[in-house]
Amino acid sequence: MAQAIAHILAEKQKEISVAEFFERNKHILGFGNPTRALVTSVKEGVDNALDACEEADILPEIVVEIKNHEDNECKITIEDNGPGIVKNQIKHIFGRLLYGSRFHAIRQSRGQQGIGISAVVLYGQLTTGKHATISSKIQDDRPANLMELAIDTNKNRAEVIRSAIDHWDKPSGTRIEVSIVADYKRGRRFVYEYLQSISIVNPHAQIIFREPDGTEHVFERTTDALPRKSIEIKPHPYGVELGTLIKMAKNSKSRKLTSFLKSEFSSMGDRTTIAVCEKAGIDKNLNPKEMTRDQFQVLHRAFKKVKIMAPSTECLSPIGETLIKRSLKHETQEISPEFIITASRPASVYTGNPFQVEVGIVYGGNLPKDTSVKLLRFANRVPLLYQQGDCISTQAIASIDWRRYGLDQPSGKGTPSGPAIFMTHVSSTQIPFTSESKEAIADIPEIENEIKLAFRECARKVQSHIHKKVRRQKTREKFELITKILPEIAKKSAHMLGKPIPSLDAVITKIMDVIWIEDLIEYEKRDILPIQTTLFSEGEEQKTPSPWVTKSTLLVVNYKNRPQKFILYALIPEDAKITSIRPEPKKITSRYIKWQLENIQPAKKIDVYFELLGLDKGDFDENDLYVENINPNYVIGADKWEGE
Amino acid sequence: MTNNSKQVIDRIDKIATGVYTNLIQAEIPRLELPTRTKANIKFDDNLSVWKYGSNTTERSAKTLDGAYMMLRTMYMVDFIKDMIKANKSSTLREMYYISEGWDLAKFHSQPESDSLAEDLEVITHCMREDFKLRPEEDGARVIGNLTISEVTRNKTKKIIHCQDDVGDSGYSIPYNVDPEKIAIKKADADFILAIETGGMFDRLVENGFDTSNRSILVHLKGQPARSTRRFIKRLHEELKLPVLVFTDCDPWSYRIFGSVAYGAIKTAHISEYLATPGALYLGVTPSDIENYKLPTDVLTKEDISALKSELSDPRFQDPFWKQEIKLQLSIKKKSEQQALAKYGLDYVTDTYLPEKLAMMGITKK
Repeated sequence: MAQAIAHILAEKQKEISVAEFFERNKHILGFGNPTRALVTSVKEGVDNALDACEEADILPEIVVEIKNHEDNECKITIEDNGPGIVKNQIKHIFGRLLYGSRFHAIRQSRGQQGIGISAVVLYGQLTTGKHATISSKIQDDRPANLMELAIDTNKNRAEVIRSAIDHWDKPSGTRIEVSIVADYKRGRRFVYEYLQSISIVNPHAQIIFREPDGTEHVFERTTDALPRKSIEIKPHPYGVELGTLIKMAKNSKSRKLTSFLKSEFSSMGDRTTIAVCEKAGIDKNLNPKEMTRDQFQVLHRAFKKVKIMAPSTECLSPIGETLIKRSLKHETQEISPEFIITASRPASVYTGNPFQVEVGIVYGGNLPKDTSVKLLRFANRVPLLYQQGDCISTQAIASIDWRRYGLDQPSGKGTPSGPAIFMTHVSSTQIPFTSESKEAIADIPEIENEIKLAFRECARKVQSHIHKKVRRQKTREKFELITKILPEIAKKSAHMLGKPIPSLDAVITKIMDVIWIEDLIEYEKRDILPIQTTLFSEGEEQKTPSPWVTKSTLLVVNYKNRPQKFILYALIPEDAKITSIRPEPKKITSRYIKWQLENIQPAKKIDVYFELLGLDKGDFDENDLYVENINPNYVIGADKWEGE
Repeated sequence: MTNNSKQVIDRIDKIATGVYTNLIQAEIPRLELPTRTKANIKFDDNLSVWKYGSNTTERSAKTLDGAYMMLRTMYMVDFIKDMIKANKSSTLREMYYISEGWDLAKFHSQPESDSLAEDLEVITHCMREDFKLRPEEDGARVIGNLTISEVTRNKTKKIIHCQDDVGDSGYSIPYNVDPEKIAIKKADADFILAIETGGMFDRLVENGFDTSNRSILVHLKGQPARSTRRFIKRLHEELKLPVLVFTDCDPWSYRIFGSVAYGAIKTAHISEYLATPGALYLGVTPSDIENYKLPTDVLTKEDISALKSELSDPRFQDPFWKQEIKLQLSIKKKSEQQALAKYGLDYVTDTYLPEKLAMMGITKK
């Protein structure tokens, strides 16, 4: 009797190695064509380097060098000053797919799956047949280890082809050298844009890019403060899958359901735990290891029915408004934009995953006026370069009517046109990408809503900025009138009649009929003792205090014909420290200074002055002023105080 | 200084006094003058011309534009006062160039300074000539059996016969046509024909229309200068001759007629001095386009809106104009005087004008 067909088929059935799978599906991971492959390789290397430095509290210094000896082959070298990798881990990290330390951790990081850098090594091997060379040094007093690696695609293991000792001057760091088939001519622009973008969202990193022709670009560091270290958190019940829940229970050391829930999940206190068990109708003393699948299912459903507190957002590491503004300013210097506005949303949650949205708008200057605004998209401090149209941030921007904010937008929908750059940064423990190549954020209503709210806030600031500009322009005209024209009229009429020139004070207040507030900001370099900034609550980061003092003078003139009194508020950045205020304020908070201004006589002026420490030159370049207890229409240069 | 000059200076000083008093009393300086627009002209029954109504416009130093305007006003009145005292005069264009040196008070263009000079006439009830300001435009031309005497710059009286003493281009009307300058001695004619274009004026001269039809021909040169209008008015009043206006057939030409017969909106404050209320419109009318089958052009968008604006212009409210303008709007065509040449060079003098004149009862058929 002939062998059953199933047996014949069974001979062909075997495990497919991950490496083999990659070989056939390299487009999924961003190696689809020689241009993409170049950018993806640089990106994976730089992401790894940044993550490594931050984990070790080191300010990153990264060098990216590309050599292009043959037309379609590039040798990419990426070197960092991170903590280095111990010798016997090198071959796993660079030569084994799906190997890494971050896959299981719930906190914000750039790479997650452990595919990235080993995929680059594999891609190089597949396209050029050349091996990657890794050097790493972990301690100042020891030499660096050098290793040439090949990947056995059947076993998903690295083979060490050559191992040697190398001499390095720097205390620690890692360097990867890999040759890949790539299109440098086309890819160059993308590599440059990627590195520029990554420097915007990583203001603490210095990145040097050396091109094949020797041109060197330096993307300088704009802050010495490392980003707040994200803290690892436990999974939140809202985000856990049924299978994961069962697996966690089987591996748990807890013997009771309540202690399992309390110790393995975040946001589960006594009261919530009991509420979940009651909702599920399950005995809270069950041993989680002995629970049935059906019991887990009711438990899983019960999670969604109980109100559970949002997870802690300490696992997130947003960039912060001041730093975003500073890096946008730094990277757009040659454009000399008219203004840069940022908005930062409080952390929020989608299906148990914390996330936070920060956005920025760069407006005016030499930006082209009749093309679509440029969108810069970032997820966990990584630039997203492709699939812009599929990204939820693009859709969120397109759904806002930008026409009343001075931008062109046919029918009030779609990406607007005008001289602007829109930046979106989403940080999360788990960025929901549309696909494995991680280029676009998926359509999650909670995230879309937060992006919209952030941009609306920005847009309002843009509008108020434009509004203020128009009002000031009008009042400037009046200044011209009272300081130049009116005295001339008086002079001429007096001359014609042979009479003395009359005093104009009373007429001037009648013409102006406003309270004028003008602000002047100056910067002064001083020797400053280290100060406590409020940017990093842990207080463990390095603090090299900025030597700059931001000096803000508010000139308040009463051009009305009666004495005036009102309350004046000046907003200040949260990460600044206030010194030398005058006059004596009524109240100071971390967000504002409040003065009660009394009895300003007509045609008289008073100076309000304060100094800010802990900011760089240019961080604070315009006052945001508000008034209370006065008709805001009388005041030029400040808006109505709407409360905190 | 003559009595008249003293009066002008008094009125000018009143402007300065007003502003000065405002400043002393802590008021924002302001000037009030009649609104000089179509909406504010009214028919004066006594004078039979259109004058400004009772609406006024306030110029206040409260706005930057208003303050600039007031400063310019102060500079201009001071300049005029100086000219009167020094017994000098200047053209409007010269004054515009002088204003270049007025620093903050300088004008951006000559129409601005011309317009302010008109404002001052309105405010002070003086004439431009009282301010020693002369227009730029050279005088229009006259041909006909008419004798005038003109006081020349040598202060001598010169008698001029407007056919025998002049060439084919006729007698040039000077900018000042007041009686002390020009006297109308005598004439032997049946009517005065005011003609819009130079081409048509020359055609009538060449064809000897002034002799053959016993007429005084006056070239309007487009929108007629004040002196041309004043001269026509004097001819009409002193010689008791009817005035006929012969123009192209389009809305802009009707406005030329309007300024001759009713008074222009811009100069409504001196309409009684410039306008000839009895003047009649001879043609070319929209009806003529149809009756004479004249070559035409299509009305432009601007033409149409100008016609519509004339329908709401108080000066064009009589049945003749309403009917003709509506007709033109419906046929959407316009024509030129010289389109009559379609039927030969003599057609206008041999056929068209005699027919029209007879129809209007000026001559007998």
